Amino acid sequence: MSPDPAQGHAYHRLSPARVLDLDPLIDDPKTRIVVCCGSGGVGKTTTAAALGLRAAERGRKVVVLTIDPARRLAQSMGIDSLDNTPRRVKGVEGDGELHAMMLDMKRTFDEIVEAHADAERATTILNNPFYQSLSAGFAGTQEYMAMEKLGQLRARDEWDLIVVDTPPSRSALDFLDAPKRLGSFLDGRLIRLLTAPAKLGGRAGMKFLNVGMSMMTGTLGKLLGGQLLKDVQTFVAAMDTTFGGFRTRADATYKLLQAPGTAFLVVAAPERDALREAAYFVERLAAEDMPLAGLVLNRVHGSGADRLSAEQALAAAENLEDSRIVDQDGGKAGLRNSPDTYGSSEPPASGSSEPPASGTCSSGADQAVLGVDGLTVGLLRLHAERMRLLSREQRTRDRFTALHPEVAVAEVAALPGDVHDLAGLRDIGDRLAANRPELPETADD
Amino acid sequence: MSRLQVVSGKGGTGKTTVAAALALALATEGKRALLVEVEGRQGIAQLFETEALPYEERKIAVAPGGGEVFALAIDPELALLDYLQMFYKLGSAGRALKKLGAIDFATTIAPGLRDVLLTGKACEAVRRKDRSGRFAYDYVVMDAPPTGRITRFLNVNDEVAGLAKIGPIHNQAQAVMRVLKSAETAVHLVTLLEEMPVQETADGIAELRSARLPVGRVIVNMVRPELLDAGDLDLVRNVPRTAVARSLSAAGLGGARRGGHAERLVDPLLGQAEEYAERYALEQEQRAVLGELDLPLHELPLLAEGMDLAGLYELATELREQGMS
Repeated sequence: MSPDPAQGHAYHRLSPARVLDLDPLIDDPKTRIVVCCGSGGVGKTTTAAALGLRAAERGRKVVVLTIDPARRLAQSMGIDSLDNTPRRVKGVEGDGELHAMMLDMKRTFDEIVEAHADAERATTILNNPFYQSLSAGFAGTQEYMAMEKLGQLRARDEWDLIVVDTPPSRSALDFLDAPKRLGSFLDGRLIRLLTAPAKLGGRAGMKFLNVGMSMMTGTLGKLLGGQLLKDVQTFVAAMDTTFGGFRTRADATYKLLQAPGTAFLVVAAPERDALREAAYFVERLAAEDMPLAGLVLNRVHGSGADRLSAEQALAAAENLEDSRIVDQDGGKAGLRNSPDTYGSSEPPASGSSEPPASGTCSSGADQAVLGVDGLTVGLLRLHAERMRLLSREQRTRDRFTALHPEVAVAEVAALPGDVHDLAGLRDIGDRLAANRPELPETADD
Repeated sequence: MSRLQVVSGKGGTGKTTVAAALALALATEGKRALLVEVEGRQGIAQLFETEALPYEERKIAVAPGGGEVFALAIDPELALLDYLQMFYKLGSAGRALKKLGAIDFATTIAPGLRDVLLTGKACEAVRRKDRSGRFAYDYVVMDAPPTGRITRFLNVNDEVAGLAKIGPIHNQAQAVMRVLKSAETAVHLVTLLEEMPVQETADGIAELRSARLPVGRVIVNMVRPELLDAGDLDLVRNVPRTAVARSLSAAGLGGARRGGHAERLVDPLLGQAEEYAERYALEQEQRAVLGELDLPLHELPLLAEGMDLAGLYELATELREQGMS
């Protein structure tokens, strides 16, 4: 839509920021993975789904991997259950395909075990209480399994494009760190220590070391309780021989994230905390040599009347209320011709050439007119609230762009409601690509 | 009034803000409240506009009537070393464990040990008494993990008690569970009047209840002011544009003629009102859903100027007036 020219620049865009153009990114056959990251509650999942749908409808074969266990993606894509297997989404227009899946951590972990161990050993591992706790979703496992699943999907080479929604981590760090940490733990010194006494037993030269280690396992045993330590040891021993190193797997996934063909999108809302977290992500990705495509800024507000400031709107609302009181008292003083508070560019002629609105009405219509005036007061107050919101969003965005002028930004206009269906996702996709928040519809467009 | 107040909520609903306001409200009139952060985000420090909090209890605010709010950002690593010290006096062995990556392991990925430490520390603060036998804090308010994880987080000690069947960890885990499942604790959920947060709140409450954790209240945050009522919204759909133009003109906003200043404002302003109407209807639906949860419901206003320290006190007063403290 075209903005009403009379309103001038209807929307102040981030002038210094580079604009993030998403269509070329998702159209490029070289783009194989798009990772959406950001803090909780900023619309990450929705952004991932909308981008996936858009890419599919532009002809690519896409799979969207979501981690967030909420049912939202399933709902919006009309899939009843997302069950760790990509399911084709119905109702996608065009030649492309959209598949969606929700990560089931435990099942992903189980599948790795089953794929790499013989049946007997797999049973030992799957029944180990320590394994059961670890796989059911303690901190880090979800992040690790998400990356593992991404690696699997990529290895299948069945899709042109994989769009990943990242876990709602307690902090930005977890998503990048957990795979490495889990990998280095399961492959690291502590594990060797836990399993060492048996291996080192016979060697005389290692005797001193061995004593130290027994002491250490003794301490751990006291701390964790003997049974738990034994469970851990059994688990580790079983894993060790079947896996060939978690670290190797974690490293491979990490490299995949750095590879050309991967693009990170940091998702945020124009709120202080979300943008602070976004800035942190940007810095972190740069430090890790991860390719950042840009920032998706969701829920940005605009106004078709943004040259009427909050203060002006409130002053006008007060004028109107005051004059209503005067009307009701029977006075019709020239309050209506109060100074034109709107804009200096506007010739004041209109005020005098037209009769004041409600003053000329007959008494029978007074009620209705008062109703309209009442509505107008509400409209003006609503506008003042919107303008305050706009300036607050502007301030937070400006702070981000001041810190990171190099980051390209795509803004997505706020929707009044939630997304429930493909049409809603398509709408978000349009807004993502259009790169500017839409203004409220106006009748004369 | 429960002495341990756990505040959870979907990401983005402002649970840290609500937890902080609640601590202020509870501390009013000479009480002492401890505000505990468990997710290492330093959200409390940002909210109170102070430097990053260390792992120690530190006074960060004074509440109306002479109360005090202390804050503690729990660092799981240090909490573990603390814990080892407490039970084993492991000076050098603790350092050795750290070197081996055991601490890293324990606080990052060991089955819930991190969560055990976090909940354990909070419960310790709840139970702590000074020399005269008075509780060190009248209230402990925890800025807890989000709704999706809260049940698992609070229930971790049950799981750990099952895993480590004997030993000090087992005993510690059971002691923590006794506090968490008692009337000493109340778990509050923060939501917005939007579909997904409300849905998550309903799911979260069901989970908490089935784990027999004590659910407290639902706090609706960032409620927008009602600027147009149902009558206004009816009018928005039917009102002649010219009447609104005249009214705007009467308010001093220029000409009501076609092309006049006031006239050109009509469409954008009515457009905004339609958006408002749509959101208003959605919000009413969500209020109804929340009403069915059968829990005390509180509403906190959206602060027009954004969140700052003054706003925090405003929210605290609001919570007090609504009888939450």
